[in-house]
Amino acid sequence: MDINMTLIGQLIAFVVFVIFCMKYVWPPIIGAIEERQATIADGLAASDRAAKDLELAQEKAKSQLKEAKVQAASIVDAAKKHEAKIVEEAAGKAQAEKDRILAAGHAEIETERNRAKEELRAQVAVLAVAGAEKILERSIDAAAHSDILDKLVAEL
Amino acid sequence: MSSGAELTSQEYIVHHLANLKVGEGFMAVHLDSLGWSIFLGLVFLTIFRSVAKKATSGVPGKLQCAVEMVVGFVDESVKSTFHGKNALIAPLSLTIFVWVLLLNSMDWVPVDLLPHLIHWVSGIPLGDIYMKPVPTADPNITFGLALGVFILIIYYSIKVKGMGGFMKELTTQPFGHWSLYPVNFILETVTMLARPLSLALRLFGNLYAGELIFLLIATIGLFQLPVHFLWAAFHLLVIPLQAFIFMMLTIVYLSLAHEDH
Repeated sequence: MDINMTLIGQLIAFVVFVIFCMKYVWPPIIGAIEERQATIADGLAASDRAAKDLELAQEKAKSQLKEAKVQAASIVDAAKKHEAKIVEEAAGKAQAEKDRILAAGHAEIETERNRAKEELRAQVAVLAVAGAEKILERSIDAAAHSDILDKLVAEL
Repeated sequence: MSSGAELTSQEYIVHHLANLKVGEGFMAVHLDSLGWSIFLGLVFLTIFRSVAKKATSGVPGKLQCAVEMVVGFVDESVKSTFHGKNALIAPLSLTIFVWVLLLNSMDWVPVDLLPHLIHWVSGIPLGDIYMKPVPTADPNITFGLALGVFILIIYYSIKVKGMGGFMKELTTQPFGHWSLYPVNFILETVTMLARPLSLALRLFGNLYAGELIFLLIATIGLFQLPVHFLWAAFHLLVIPLQAFIFMMLTIVYLSLAHEDH
């Protein structure tokens, strides 16, 4: 084992290399590594957050859907009720109209009949008078005997 | 591959364990160890710097991914052991881990490949070519690294605890009585010195032994090929493990230096 200046040379090279490494090699590389680690950690945290958000949104959507279904059912229910009511009302109205029209018809028929009866009576009176005139072969003073004729008409 | 029929096995191994050396005595320099060491350090810094320059916190490229895996691994190791705030320890650990890993990886280069390449390119006779390409199998390299770590241990011990605190730590334990303080000091100093020593010797020992076994295998003739393969496959375990141990112990020692008793 001979120890000589090689040792000193190696020592100097060692010092120079370590200083170079400390100044120009280590900081940029470890800096890049640590920066990337931070970025990855952020990314993972963000994806975690996003997954949680998604879950929340899905839950919200589900509950909203349920609510909407309930609402829709209640609307349909109300509509059905409303429809039934409208039909009922319409039926009631139609019935009333029918009754009214029927009543009007009946009334008209009544008045028409009365009028016809009246007319008939008058004509019968005239015919009776004319018949009587012919039977009596003489003129009867219509005016003088109108009270008798009226009585006759009323008896018809 | 034997480098020459005229060499005995012993001569072959000794030749391959000799460094390419210039200078004499303590002023000598192992050009192969130090050259490969600096070259591989520059490879590490070039690759990592090119990624650092284009580092994006968005979608990373394939090279950035690979580099980030290493950086993330080192960062995790540091954070699991060292709990203070220190801008040096993490890049220091990264440098140690990747650099030592690359230095150890030279063990996978076939022992005769580089000498023969040099011979083929330059025409220098094989007997004159000295090339020991595994820098961590050279104690100068591992002690150089360990000495750097040791200086940092002392520096942070004094910085965090103060000179008084550091001396108190060296003298007042494990024995609480004042008359035993010199004994404590000796014990603690040995403990202190054992740290860089064990760091350097563990790495050197493992890689030197690995290199030596490769050389031994290279002398057994035709059957060396499957054996080389097995030994290289075993080094898939040794090479990263030794780099990791060196880094981990550096972190542990520095976090001990930061602990205030």
